[in-house]
Amino acid sequence: MIFGRLDWNALPFHEPILVVTFAVVVLGGLATLGLITRYKLWGYLWTEWFTTVDHKKIGIMYMILGIIMLLRGFADAVMMRLQQAMAFGGAEGYLNAHHYDQIFTAHGVIMIFFVAMPLITGLMNYLVPLQIGARDVSFPFLNNFSFWMTTAGAVLVMASLFIGEFARTGWLAYPPLSGIGYSPGVGVDYYIWALQIAGVGTTLSGINLIATIVKMRAPGMGLMKMPVFTWTSLCANVLIVASFPVLTAVLALLTADRYVGTNFFTNDFGGNPMMYVNLIWIWGHPEVYILILPLFGVFSEVTSTFSGKKLFGYTSMVYATVVITILSYLVWLHHFFTMGSGASVNSFFGITTMIISIPTGAKLFNWLFTMYRGRIRFELPMMWTVAFMLTFVVGGMTGVMLAVPPADFVLHNSLFLIAHFHNVIIGGVLFGLFAAINFWWPKAFGFKLDKKWGLVSFWCWVVGFWVAFAPLYVLGFMGVTRRMRVFDDPSYQIWFIIAAVGVGIIAMGILAMLIQFAVSILNRDKLRDETGDPWNGRTLEWATSSPPPDYNFAKTPIIHDSDAWWDMKARGYERPTDGYKPIHMPSNTGAGVILAGLSTVVGFALIWYMWWLAALGFFALIAYAIFHTFNYKRDYYIPAETVQATEDAHTKALAAAAAKG
Amino acid sequence: MSHAASLNPDYVDEAGRPIYHPVEEPHHPEGHSTMLGFWMYLMSDCLIFAMLFAVYAVIGGNYAAGPAPKDLFDLPLVALNTSMLLLSSITYGFAMLAMVKNRTAQMQTWLAITGLFGLCFLGIELYEFAHMIHLGATPQRSGFLSAFFFLVGTHGLHVTFGCIWLVTLMVQVWRKGLIPANKRRLMCLSLFWHFLDVIWIGVFTFVYLFGMLR
Amino acid sequence: MSAEAHNDHAVDHHHDDHHHGDDHDHGSFKTYMIGFLLSVVLTAIPFWLVMTEALAPQTTGLVITAFAVVQIIVHMVFFLHMNHKSEGGWNMLALIFTIVIVVIAVAGSVWVMYHLNTNMMPTHDMQTMG
Repeated sequence: MIFGRLDWNALPFHEPILVVTFAVVVLGGLATLGLITRYKLWGYLWTEWFTTVDHKKIGIMYMILGIIMLLRGFADAVMMRLQQAMAFGGAEGYLNAHHYDQIFTAHGVIMIFFVAMPLITGLMNYLVPLQIGARDVSFPFLNNFSFWMTTAGAVLVMASLFIGEFARTGWLAYPPLSGIGYSPGVGVDYYIWALQIAGVGTTLSGINLIATIVKMRAPGMGLMKMPVFTWTSLCANVLIVASFPVLTAVLALLTADRYVGTNFFTNDFGGNPMMYVNLIWIWGHPEVYILILPLFGVFSEVTSTFSGKKLFGYTSMVYATVVITILSYLVWLHHFFTMGSGASVNSFFGITTMIISIPTGAKLFNWLFTMYRGRIRFELPMMWTVAFMLTFVVGGMTGVMLAVPPADFVLHNSLFLIAHFHNVIIGGVLFGLFAAINFWWPKAFGFKLDKKWGLVSFWCWVVGFWVAFAPLYVLGFMGVTRRMRVFDDPSYQIWFIIAAVGVGIIAMGILAMLIQFAVSILNRDKLRDETGDPWNGRTLEWATSSPPPDYNFAKTPIIHDSDAWWDMKARGYERPTDGYKPIHMPSNTGAGVILAGLSTVVGFALIWYMWWLAALGFFALIAYAIFHTFNYKRDYYIPAETVQATEDAHTKALAAAAAKG
Repeated sequence: MSHAASLNPDYVDEAGRPIYHPVEEPHHPEGHSTMLGFWMYLMSDCLIFAMLFAVYAVIGGNYAAGPAPKDLFDLPLVALNTSMLLLSSITYGFAMLAMVKNRTAQMQTWLAITGLFGLCFLGIELYEFAHMIHLGATPQRSGFLSAFFFLVGTHGLHVTFGCIWLVTLMVQVWRKGLIPANKRRLMCLSLFWHFLDVIWIGVFTFVYLFGMLR
Repeated sequence: MSAEAHNDHAVDHHHDDHHHGDDHDHGSFKTYMIGFLLSVVLTAIPFWLVMTEALAPQTTGLVITAFAVVQIIVHMVFFLHMNHKSEGGWNMLALIFTIVIVVIAVAGSVWVMYHLNTNMMPTHDMQTMG
């Protein structure tokens, strides 16, 4: 009763791979915790990072979460490639179905919800206030809370590795397979609660960033003078607020079916499993645009900066982004052409899907025209951007192929589909994130990333991606279905082997990136940038020191033209060196950690049917939330002397850098 | 390209030179984003309800050879319930009018009455649910009943949270008075409360009234 | 220095017509009562129509839908004080956007599910597929 359905069988002693993984995690975890304790860093971590409401630190924490989860999600990918390369001619491979099905499910869930979303959210969190000349987001505490809720979801997913199991349904958990009848275990429940908890964080973050962009722009920054990255962030966050509630509702209905025995998605008593597919994709399609739009913004910033030219066609870029935002709601059925809605419905959605590729094409031409006659510097961010252009376009074109319903009837759920979406997600989202990391790392940390290791990572990723996924296009055309563990036809094997080699090359790319981070940190003095503007940037974040002070801008800038910082530099802007006033700042708080921690407890309790703990945790959650609202004193002032001292230090650094260079 | 042409005319000095920093920092008073942020949260909540209505539209006719709306819905009771909610909306409105005039005691009274109407609404709804379950019309019985209980129940849960929030605010006003932060919270609850009444219009029309028409 | 003085005036002017705390519409006793009475009427008539079966079911359905839409607007205007000015027009924009999404998602779902049910649910007549 006390432990619900949790017992010793939940621990995976029978799975050697998991036992080894667990041992490694425990040792690594203990080592990390030990080091933190030994160097007495707990106080520092709590006051400076865990309880911070500073959007910059929260952004960095999101990025760290995303990169850690990338390693887990990639490990799942490696395992799948190895299995599929060897399971021919009667060989079972090294993974049984029970394990393999969890791996491909976890791979998708982690990559979308706990890698891509946190990395993008972290990026937008870090940059948007700086780009609009603001000091923080509209709701700093909610920002902290959102981060910890996302982390809580990640914790639950990771816990499923060692306590119980994960879902075996694929990343969208279609019923009836995900219903209580066919998935009575804890796996789907881990899936549900991880996503619901993280979803609260994401939705609130969406509201936060929209309010920030609407309300906190510096004087003179009309909407059509905002940086393009801010525009794409605005649209992505609108998509978040307008789509995540659908996911919340659908998962809640699935939860009711599993916990209470309702008949939303059952095969009998008036349920309709097809409705789940319909609803989940109403969320799912806007979700992929949430993922890509911010990166389109990154490419705009990088292209104009490294071509030394104003972005071509700013207005059409904005319109294209808004059009994509709205059209993304009119295409969702293309994810289930084959479910049987018939010719009229399929035709409508096929046409809308083809139409939505047009504004994306417009954006691509704008980037090309920006580069044309520019003085292009092939720094790493620009290289990643060119790699994106070449890679993503292929993926987009295969998408238009899939948009044709008769073609999709052959290609649906084949490896062609898998190749397509990895093509656009890796080519678009991931390459964009790498461009962004290389571009804005100096701003966040005050030193550039090592270029040599960055190049190694770049080439390994670009070559590795194509070696890993081009074979999947071939296999898709040959008729191979997704999520297969064992194969009969030996003619497939060579392609799977090539794909496995590809994933090995990608692994080297990831390793090179981690080495790049480490080497850069160790060599940070040599890579130091004192100017705050190492790339000759165009937007306001480059007007601050690197890293920016807590308050971002000692004096709020006034905007005259788009590409505000470029405009200021061109007009001979001189930084003020006095006349600073005290700055109003929001205070740190532990409430976010506590509320998210309680949510994790409630989620875990519900998964394992520990009803007493779930009820207790839920009441504690509500009580603490109410208690938190009784705290009205949530701010403080930075004294003018402190601002003066900080700005003086930056003035000195700028002078030193000017003398050197 | 003429630089002067793209200068912001509000921030140019007499010599035509651009001004880059305002003398007075722009003031973002505490809570300046709250109403917009809360409104957006309400829009997201609206979307959740919309999906539940869509689900009801799709499987609301699946009786699985079990009880149908005509066997279960008691329109006079629903009319009574609707009036409880509508009255609570108007009394909350009166509370807001008192708040604007800083008449704390009057406002607290109207809030208390609002809360009572809210509790009446919940009580009647719980009675209705209990009665249906007693007749065998449980949420598990059919797709129709699953959708009914989930949609109407979610609305009821929102009203419950609203009542808890209302009591919390009454305590906070009692302790700190009508400070700006409390006024903002009261305005947010006002939006929330009226929004729930808007959703109820959808519920009584498309669930109860349409149910009797099917 | 004169540049700053000029700026000072400009900013003061901005400050004067912006008082924090109350640029929100709160309505009045009159508007709340009008809203209330309209709501009562717009609720009573649909209930009455359905309970007395005065009109054919199809017609009744259309009428009560129309009444619901009107009553929602009444609530928006008289209780939620919705207008195109609140929050610089952003509230209205958010509302319109939400309504568009809701209409697409609900109507789209009903359309899609109708076709799916017709074609795919058990014991269907092959001739009705389409």
